[in-house]
Amino acid sequence: MNPDIQKARVWRLGADIDTDVLAPGAFMKHGLEVIGWHCLESVRPDFASGVKAADVIVAGPNFGIGSSREQAAGVLRHLGVAAVIAPSFSGLYFRNAFNLGLLLLTCPRASEVGEGECIDVRFEPASDTPVVVRANGECLPCAPIPGFLMDMVQAGGLLPLLKQQRRSA
Amino acid sequence: MNTPQTLAQKLIARAAGRSHVQVGEVVTCAVDLAMFHDSSGPRRLRPMLEELGAEIWDRRKVVLVLDHYVPAQDSDAQQIVQITRDTARQWRLPNVIDSEGICHVVLPERGHLAPGMFCVGGDSHSPTGGAFGTYMFGIGATEMLGVCVTGQIWVQVPRTLCMHWSGRLSAGVGAKDMMLHMIGRFGMNGGQYQAVEFAGEAVMALSMPERMTLSNMSAEMGAQAGLIAADETTVAHLRQCGVSEDRLQDALQWRGDAGAQQERFDFDAGSLSPQVAAPHSPANVHPVGALREVAPTIAYIGACTGAKLEDLRAAASVLRGHKVASGVQLIVAPASAREQAQAEREGTMQVLRNAGASVLGNSCGACAGYGATFGEGATVISSTARNFKGRMGPASVQVYLASPWTVAASALRGRIADPREVLA
Repeated sequence: MNPDIQKARVWRLGADIDTDVLAPGAFMKHGLEVIGWHCLESVRPDFASGVKAADVIVAGPNFGIGSSREQAAGVLRHLGVAAVIAPSFSGLYFRNAFNLGLLLLTCPRASEVGEGECIDVRFEPASDTPVVVRANGECLPCAPIPGFLMDMVQAGGLLPLLKQQRRSA
Repeated sequence: MNTPQTLAQKLIARAAGRSHVQVGEVVTCAVDLAMFHDSSGPRRLRPMLEELGAEIWDRRKVVLVLDHYVPAQDSDAQQIVQITRDTARQWRLPNVIDSEGICHVVLPERGHLAPGMFCVGGDSHSPTGGAFGTYMFGIGATEMLGVCVTGQIWVQVPRTLCMHWSGRLSAGVGAKDMMLHMIGRFGMNGGQYQAVEFAGEAVMALSMPERMTLSNMSAEMGAQAGLIAADETTVAHLRQCGVSEDRLQDALQWRGDAGAQQERFDFDAGSLSPQVAAPHSPANVHPVGALREVAPTIAYIGACTGAKLEDLRAAASVLRGHKVASGVQLIVAPASAREQAQAEREGTMQVLRNAGASVLGNSCGACAGYGATFGEGATVISSTARNFKGRMGPASVQVYLASPWTVAASALRGRIADPREVLA
């Protein structure tokens, strides 16, 4: 499977987007459907109703700080978000996202990307370093992603990966 | 000869079955203990385990705690609690702690942790275990599934950031103030998912509950783990918790080697004033004096980081013989039933009740924001860990984080107040 992303529409968010903003505690009793209606509502009330499959989020530093609730990553996959691009992520969120098959790209120059811009993400062959390609053709390099995490994204997360492994065992 | 290793490296090396690990390498570790609760546990794990047709690798190494949705506030919460209890029976889990306290407090209280262990928890405040010389960190439910099936987890060997505190804290200043100060300085991701180790005479002078407050809020600094090397205080405490002598035999060997590479940051405990984190971030930290104009409507003493026995005693030392100011509602949610029982026996709870406190159950309560939260427009001073917008109630709720001393002093004065002035 080619993990490249093409012509993805950007939702710009600020710094320190926390897990309570992504998956508010009051709705944690419910499944991703309900959590999805309230995802990011306190910072981008237009997000939940406006997000389309294959859109991407470009955020400021420290995306995903806070709780271990993986619904904060799962809800973005549920809403069809193809990737989150930010200069830095909470380490716990980073693990959760890949375990759920959500691609995160650590991109030091993420702030250069604008709201509504259409971008591509390219995985250079023979290299594990992804590149964000802006609408004007400019390339923003991202931190390399270890192979075992890319395997997780391509399998759709840890659960499908464990299933594959058990089948072949 | 091997290069000297930090405590974090040694703990990870043992769990990886290695004599030595290098910073930055990814290793697979055997998990000694996995803790999960009613929110992150059975309701999420059971469907995935069934889908896989798998079972828990070793149920003796699992501890389940019901603390997030108890007491159940509505039928949805009741259903989650029911699923949790039914699953615990079906899985024949030997270690279930139901409505008797918050996971991070009851786990060591019941003797489940000891120095040298490698543990994971289905909750972000799992670094609390680091106070006992345990490498412990939080993971999500899907990753917990992986642990439950394989008994293993990967970890990238972290760098160590050493927070060295010299000197002696003033009366009315505690671990929460130290931690808020560090979070304010480094920011919510300043720990960069590395290992933080707390050291120095001011740290080693702290009791175990106070050390737990430091390790607990390593999460708010974005560290993976928040370690404190075991000493005599640790060993004596764990003995009281019923940990057997053979598990404590090598407790004191779990410390970093002299000369191990780490980044060191120095702090002076003697000059530290009470600290308060203003809305809406634990990193928005100010000395207490800068927020004197704020008039809380609620003073909340709760959570794993703010309502342990020692926290209750701190609040009582400020409130003894007084009533809270009119217009302030004092709420106390003791972090564990055993600690509350002790606080009842020694009169600490009575002091708090006499001051006007209403007492809630031994659970996460308003801190997690899953159950009863605060009403529209409330201004809260709270001994909890997080004050994100909308976490503990509607977005209009303003939450200030502080030590139990400062929460109590502020309840008394009706304004955010310096506990040192009340205690003087």
